[in-house]
Amino acid sequence: MSQNFDVVIVGAGIIGAACALECVQAGLKTAIIEEGIVGGGATAAGMGHIVAMDDSDAQFALTRYSQQLWLRLKDGLPKDVEFETTGTIWVAADEEEMIEVRRKHAYYSARRVPCEILDARALAEAEPNLRKGLAGGLLVPEDGVLYPPTAARWLWTQAQSCGATVIQGRVSAVSEVGFSLRDGSSFNPGITVVATGAWAPELDASLEIKKRKGHLAITDRYPGYVRHQLVELGYLKSAHSVSSDSVAFNVQPRATGQILIGSSRQYGAEDSAIDHQMICAMLARACEYMPDLVQKAVVRCWTGFRAATPDKLPLIGPSVKKPNVWFATGHEGLGITTSLGTAKLLVDQILGRAPAIPFEPYLPSRHSREHAYA
Amino acid sequence: MNRQSWEIVVVGGGPAGIAAAVSAAECGASVLLVDDNPALGGQIWRGEEANPSVREARRWSKRLKNSSLELLRGFRIFDQLRQGVLLAESADGMREVNYSRLILCTGARERFLPFPGWTLPNVMGAGGLQALAKAGMPIRKKRVIVAGTGPLLLPVAAYLKRHGAKVQLIAEQASRKSVVAFGSALWRHPGKLGQALGIFGSLAGIPFRFGCWPVEAKGDDHLCSVVLQQGTRAFEIECDYLACGFHLVPNLELASLLGCQIKDGTVSVNELQQSSIPNVYCAGEPIGIGGVDLAIVEGQIAGFAAAGQQHKARRIFPELARHRDFANALEKTFALRPELKKLARKETFICRCEDVPFERLAQCRSWREAKLYTRCGMGPCQGRICGAATKVLFDWSAESVRPPVFEARVESLMTTEVSAPEVRV
Amino acid sequence: MPEVLAISLNGKSLTVPAGTTVAAAVSIAGQSSFRRSVSGEPRGPLCGMGVCFECRVTVDGVRHVKSCQMLCRHGMQINTDE
Repeated sequence: MSQNFDVVIVGAGIIGAACALECVQAGLKTAIIEEGIVGGGATAAGMGHIVAMDDSDAQFALTRYSQQLWLRLKDGLPKDVEFETTGTIWVAADEEEMIEVRRKHAYYSARRVPCEILDARALAEAEPNLRKGLAGGLLVPEDGVLYPPTAARWLWTQAQSCGATVIQGRVSAVSEVGFSLRDGSSFNPGITVVATGAWAPELDASLEIKKRKGHLAITDRYPGYVRHQLVELGYLKSAHSVSSDSVAFNVQPRATGQILIGSSRQYGAEDSAIDHQMICAMLARACEYMPDLVQKAVVRCWTGFRAATPDKLPLIGPSVKKPNVWFATGHEGLGITTSLGTAKLLVDQILGRAPAIPFEPYLPSRHSREHAYA
Repeated sequence: MNRQSWEIVVVGGGPAGIAAAVSAAECGASVLLVDDNPALGGQIWRGEEANPSVREARRWSKRLKNSSLELLRGFRIFDQLRQGVLLAESADGMREVNYSRLILCTGARERFLPFPGWTLPNVMGAGGLQALAKAGMPIRKKRVIVAGTGPLLLPVAAYLKRHGAKVQLIAEQASRKSVVAFGSALWRHPGKLGQALGIFGSLAGIPFRFGCWPVEAKGDDHLCSVVLQQGTRAFEIECDYLACGFHLVPNLELASLLGCQIKDGTVSVNELQQSSIPNVYCAGEPIGIGGVDLAIVEGQIAGFAAAGQQHKARRIFPELARHRDFANALEKTFALRPELKKLARKETFICRCEDVPFERLAQCRSWREAKLYTRCGMGPCQGRICGAATKVLFDWSAESVRPPVFEARVESLMTTEVSAPEVRV
Repeated sequence: MPEVLAISLNGKSLTVPAGTTVAAAVSIAGQSSFRRSVSGEPRGPLCGMGVCFECRVTVDGVRHVKSCQMLCRHGMQINTDE
């Protein structure tokens, strides 16, 4: 079946599916390979939060660009993708965090991201179930949530109906000339794109990607309990932390009325089993912000593995050593948001199109020197 | 939060669990029996604590009261903290239960198969309606159809009739030939034969149809009538309740969570009822649907074995053979006919928690795919109802279980050992 | 323990014998619908043993209580269809 594909995408998570759609829409002869269920990996495990993040200028550029692409797609998405612009409220517990709120407000406003500073009273009105005594927050109304597995499947189905070939199989090795599947068949496409997230290092051991385990819990239905995605400003400290396990307050209303509770990060945990200490700490942190969560019924808990890079930016572009092997991976906790932007930048580079944002910060070649996980 | 340790913890206060706990306690072990209902008895001995009527249940109840075993009622095991420590939740509390040996007697639940209208209020399980009636639901003078399959249907109909309900029909989907063969084999089980004759006697006057099954439940906001099929003929009967269940499936979730080997839908055990985990035993329906008498023998074996009295366990091995025949006959007799797989229409909900219709599931290729794309099995019941149905409809197998095994409050999940290091931003 | 319990269902007073479950109490009051499904269908108890979750009601302000496994208590306030 080695039919002279221009591009073969390995992995049909949300990144791979988005890339496949963009490739085929750009006129490239495209195939996408997946061994399991489309969107069944980290894509299925995550929160589905579409968010503009300002941890760095490069991160902001990619998340904001992608978010706008999602907003443009919104009305064409089927109901089961459940895309809602719930908005995010970054919650400030004290005056020190309000300084951060103001900084963020200035940063976003300068870049024309609509946002509004909420004082303590406005915060309480926006989210009555937050505890008393919080200082305020920043509301970002264009952030949203969606249900990732069906979003990935939609992108994949669209790619297929635009002519992309879908293949069931597992890639066993990738080289400059192409790759082979476990069943022995081999492919020699123009470009192989590795979009396998936390498992990318299995295909290229030089990739500096580590698994970052996360836990989530979802409750029974309590419609109206929380209206926006709520994230504590300490979230960034958690996302930054290198060596220790950390949790941060991060809750989301689902279209179903269920409350999705996160978030946690662990390095070096390879086992997907639930870690009771992490669940306990994560829930305890959530209850510090929303005290009457204690009484709510949790229906289930699960884990997932984010793909983390040393500088917290994804890899989008050609590998250094094997020019026909490209990467679209390493998105850590922002895969859902940045999937569409990643796809654009990937195809911009393949075709030499002018990109909407610079792609240099995400080039795999930036890691050609040793980096510690900062 | 209370925490205590026992040598032996028994999960499930039905016949198997009671037999296991009493046997172990009588051997001198410290025993805790945990059950999630307000009263003991599980399903088949439901109500026996308050209103004893079954001789066997009365005997065991007396032995229980005279034994040293402790009871934890109204608590549901939802997780294992680590080897040897279970977490249990009640309506207003949570306990850590420490054990050296564990005996799982989690019983079985009814299998429900979807058909148009099955989600209407007043369509219930056969055991379900009986359970609710025993708990005080009024059934006097109510018109009831009992349908589905399995040995439960007759005792349920008899109970309903005894309490003044108008049982209009008993519809067993198995053929007359299978059921008669089953019935005639009962001569080998005098106790059961006596029971059966007694039940048949009390059912005099109630129409009984073999090879007959419900195809539609009709009504606006509750049940008004049921359409049934027998052969090629369909007919409709007005009624107030439909008590319909298609035999039983074992409750395996806790065994699965603990990592016990499960094969062909049952927990694998050795002759001493030990699972693949050496200090975890299992007795009763989870090792194979076999009825109350078998469950009691298995429970005793597990209790003796867990208490270190293997010789006492071996002494009652001969009793197993007798009851195992009955268990095997059960499976053959009440096998589901193929028509039952085709009852659902495209809009019939298969997953009741998430209202997922048949047509959406028919597009999926596996249980996992259905879960991810439609949320079938992701609701509160976590696939207990729709999982059994999709096994029949599509031959899907459920995945491994994650905690909590039952819905549990955030505050219950937040409690771990005091010595755990603080994990913080 | 009193032989008869006074409870309220959706604001209306009701008396039930001690030992009655909340599910049975709702039936005693003549109600068949206990809750609404996610697409708005009326639902009532199915399994009677705590595994189907269809019998859930609000008891004393706490949502999602399985009524088939909860005994009525004197003064209990039950709300359905929430």
